[in-house]
Amino acid sequence: MAALAVRGLAKRYGAVEALAGVDIEVREGELVGLLGPNGAGKSTLVKIVCGLVRPSAGTAEICGLRAGSREARRSLGYLAELFRFPGWASGDEVLELHQRLAGSQGGAAERTELLELVGLADARDRRVEEMSKGMQQRLGIAQALVGSPPLLLLDEPTSALDPVGRRTVRGLLEELRGRGISVLLNSHLLSEIELVCDRVAILLHGKLVTEGSPAELAKPRGVEIETDEGTRLFEGAGREDVPRLVEELVAAGRKIYEARVLTSTLEDTYLEAVGGESS
Amino acid sequence: MSSVLTIAGYGLREALRRKVFGVVLILTVGFLTLFWLGVHFLYSNLGNVGPPVGVDARTFVGATVFGLAMFGTLFLGTVLAVFLTLGVVRGDAERGLLQPLVVRPIGRSTLLLARWLGAVAVCVPYVGIVYVGSMLIVGLTGHWWPDHVVTPGVELAAAVALVAAMSLLGSVFLSSTANGIAVFMVFGAGLVAGLLGTIGHGLNSHGLERAAKVAAYLIPFEGLYQDALREIVSRTTGLTGFLLELGPFGGGYTGGPWVRVWAAAYFALLAAVAAYGFSRRDL
Repeated sequence: MAALAVRGLAKRYGAVEALAGVDIEVREGELVGLLGPNGAGKSTLVKIVCGLVRPSAGTAEICGLRAGSREARRSLGYLAELFRFPGWASGDEVLELHQRLAGSQGGAAERTELLELVGLADARDRRVEEMSKGMQQRLGIAQALVGSPPLLLLDEPTSALDPVGRRTVRGLLEELRGRGISVLLNSHLLSEIELVCDRVAILLHGKLVTEGSPAELAKPRGVEIETDEGTRLFEGAGREDVPRLVEELVAAGRKIYEARVLTSTLEDTYLEAVGGESS
Repeated sequence: MSSVLTIAGYGLREALRRKVFGVVLILTVGFLTLFWLGVHFLYSNLGNVGPPVGVDARTFVGATVFGLAMFGTLFLGTVLAVFLTLGVVRGDAERGLLQPLVVRPIGRSTLLLARWLGAVAVCVPYVGIVYVGSMLIVGLTGHWWPDHVVTPGVELAAAVALVAAMSLLGSVFLSSTANGIAVFMVFGAGLVAGLLGTIGHGLNSHGLERAAKVAAYLIPFEGLYQDALREIVSRTTGLTGFLLELGPFGGGYTGGPWVRVWAAAYFALLAAVAAYGFSRRDL
């Protein structure tokens, strides 16, 4: 059973169509990245899945349970794009509150583990208002992990983090995948998505425009071969064409210095998919 | 039920950490001290006043100043109730505080109930303390005690709890600023309607009385407050009772016996509309 199954999901805010019939699936233990420019419908999709927004049409199911239902919400952890914890509470108190609301029996041991996981073990008793934005974001990730939910929805989890913090979160995501937790990750950071996600879905104007693994999306752009006469580009050629091309050039008397298979990056694919829309 | 207690406790802890209790305690001590000074000087000077025949000056002064204290209690309780609840839904959602809580497996109506209980747990004891404190000041200084002690206090507390419910309902649909303004304007309109009812009663104007009665049912916290004022002098008769009924704190006008029942039904109605509105709100 899929951790998340979204079918024909649509949402309209007055005249604005935020989602126009999206199908997407996150399988058990899979890490799926959701990309798209601002206003593409990424946050709306995540909000419908966790019951904050009611869909206009379509269905979303979490582990076979209707998204938004109390039972479905028991199975997910959520980090909103714009969130805040009460400034007067300490990190430990925030996690304790969420443990109680989630019905987690993990107690102090779970809180310690989560704070260590996000690198906040030393800030356990620090008030949220005394934490940096990055620390608050890491606390938000720890909060989402309370109760070990099988599905995690992370909306821009690294937007306030510095490069070291981003690397920590990347490591954390890989660790979660190792534990079999499914993750739907919204991010503008293509490199991050490319590095950690099993699959990538690109949304534009509320529609899914392309989907696949980062390797599938990275299309071949040709083969570049450096010879004694200069560099030649063989458009449309792939890795499997390299031996033949080299053989032909050698037979024609050329000296070969280097052969490179060119592939498009996820960024190229993304820009092609969204047609230059600002993100 | 444990979710209700968790969120209500969270609200109380916030009030404690944000120094709400400390500020309220200091200002309340200030209010009661000033009130005691006023009552002390009033009764000290009472011997110099020659009241009209048939008027018991001690009762008149006691009922009037205690009625004034009840107004003050209602007002301060309302301020507390409104500030604790005005941003519970839209305000907290706009700041991003609400979403992490709503996503948890608790009902949205549970969250509303818990936040109301958290506010009531602060406001009701506060109203009780100020009400009893001012009654003791008048009683021990001027040797005047209200005709009923418990019912008016309960009605004042219920009026404030009702204002908290109105503010919570407003928070589902309005931003914090708009909600605060709306609740205080309704509160002011209710007080004016009550005063008009009192004037109408004194002038024997049935039209004014009827209009005030309608207002008391539309916003029953006002009806409860007027009923509480009436209760403190309900057994005071003669010229003293008549003159008290003419004053702004005499409780000459009441919404009638059904206002208490209606207040309970009104609360249920507010709760139902708030729960329905919140259940349909996109966050």
